[in-house]
Amino acid sequence: MPTLGDLERSVMDILWTSDSPLTAYELQETLAAGGGGGEASKPLAATTVLTVLSRLEKKKFVTRERTARPHRFVAAATREDRMAELMHEVLGTANDRTAVLERFVGQASASEAATLRKLLGA
Amino acid sequence: MLTASVLLGLLAIALAWPVPLALARAAWPARAPATALVLWQAIALAGGLSMIGALLTFGLVPFGERIVPASAALVRNVAVTGVTPAVPVWHVIALCAGLLLGAHLVFNLVLTVVRIDRQRRRHRELVELLSSPIPDLPHSRLIDLQLPVAYCLPGSAHSVTVFSAGLLELLDADQLAAVIEHERAHLSQRHYLVLLAFDAWHTSLPWFPIANTSQREVGMLIEMVADDHARATVDDASLSSAIDLVAAASADQRMPPAESLGSTHGARSTDTAARVDRIRHGNRLGTAGRATVLAGSFALVAVPTVLLFAG
Repeated sequence: MPTLGDLERSVMDILWTSDSPLTAYELQETLAAGGGGGEASKPLAATTVLTVLSRLEKKKFVTRERTARPHRFVAAATREDRMAELMHEVLGTANDRTAVLERFVGQASASEAATLRKLLGA
Repeated sequence: MLTASVLLGLLAIALAWPVPLALARAAWPARAPATALVLWQAIALAGGLSMIGALLTFGLVPFGERIVPASAALVRNVAVTGVTPAVPVWHVIALCAGLLLGAHLVFNLVLTVVRIDRQRRRHRELVELLSSPIPDLPHSRLIDLQLPVAYCLPGSAHSVTVFSAGLLELLDADQLAAVIEHERAHLSQRHYLVLLAFDAWHTSLPWFPIANTSQREVGMLIEMVADDHARATVDDASLSSAIDLVAAASADQRMPPAESLGSTHGARSTDTAARVDRIRHGNRLGTAGRATVLAGSFALVAVPTVLLFAG
């Protein structure tokens, strides 16, 4: 039984690789067919998919297009952008100075952070 | 009370500048990092206490000989009878400054807790989407990143340790075990709480050069404590080679070649070099030395407390 976290990850993986916005039904179909890295399994309830989507929307990972019914869902940023965001936090080079993480080998110094920001173009 | 105020003031100055500076330069903390960590916390606590205490006791001089009856007299005068005795302006200023400083420190502590909690939660959400669980290792995630990193993410429900694919490629099984033990020590000993306190201290007094130094030193000592914890279960060579490999590989990947010989690289290497050096050659500080430091730490906190209430 996949957890909510696993489902969120599978849904994001589908949205990140999809060329166009998807409806909850399309996502449900792809998930059932084993898309998004998960194994093919018995189909999830439509309400479960909608729950996962609204959780992701609340976390601002997914945007909902309300122009037509049924609503379509799209990733708010690319996987690469999210990865870069994570990297900045891991390396302590995010713009807001914080020592949130205890890394095995040190935190970046201020000038190193500047260099890295330049490299990543952020 | 004037004597107590002057003594507290002198103590505040000593703890704000020469004492932490000398401690940051001293060599012994690397030989007893856990003990040195206690001393740093005592310095910060005693420093804050004597700073606020000096101002409050000076402000209360016109109201009495002891801080408790003097405060009571002040409250009675102002709130109950509405009569304010003629108090020299300096005492009023000191009193207000003391109260403001105290409020400022508490406010910044709360602010730091909220800020760090929010950032951690956000980071956790990102990690959950971008990484997968590691089957044999509970509460750990593997992230598809070439940069060799390992870090822990404390959480209220359960904490998570994150490893990158690059790290797993770089290290052998023993070295990896050393990293895991190191990260486990951070979590089980709640090092993030100490870091948080010093982060708040730094946020409150950004113009204090010493707040910066202490935060850096404390961060370094915490790594050494975690190293020592790992050394209890893994051999020294695995740990020191793991530190060396990760430091070298991340420096290579993160610095463009032209700048990799720059001073920032050098500054960072001293940190990891110090860690590796003490594992390879370091001898632990003796029991007598550690006991002296602990007694000193206790005295550091006790002295301003006694001066404040009995002076």
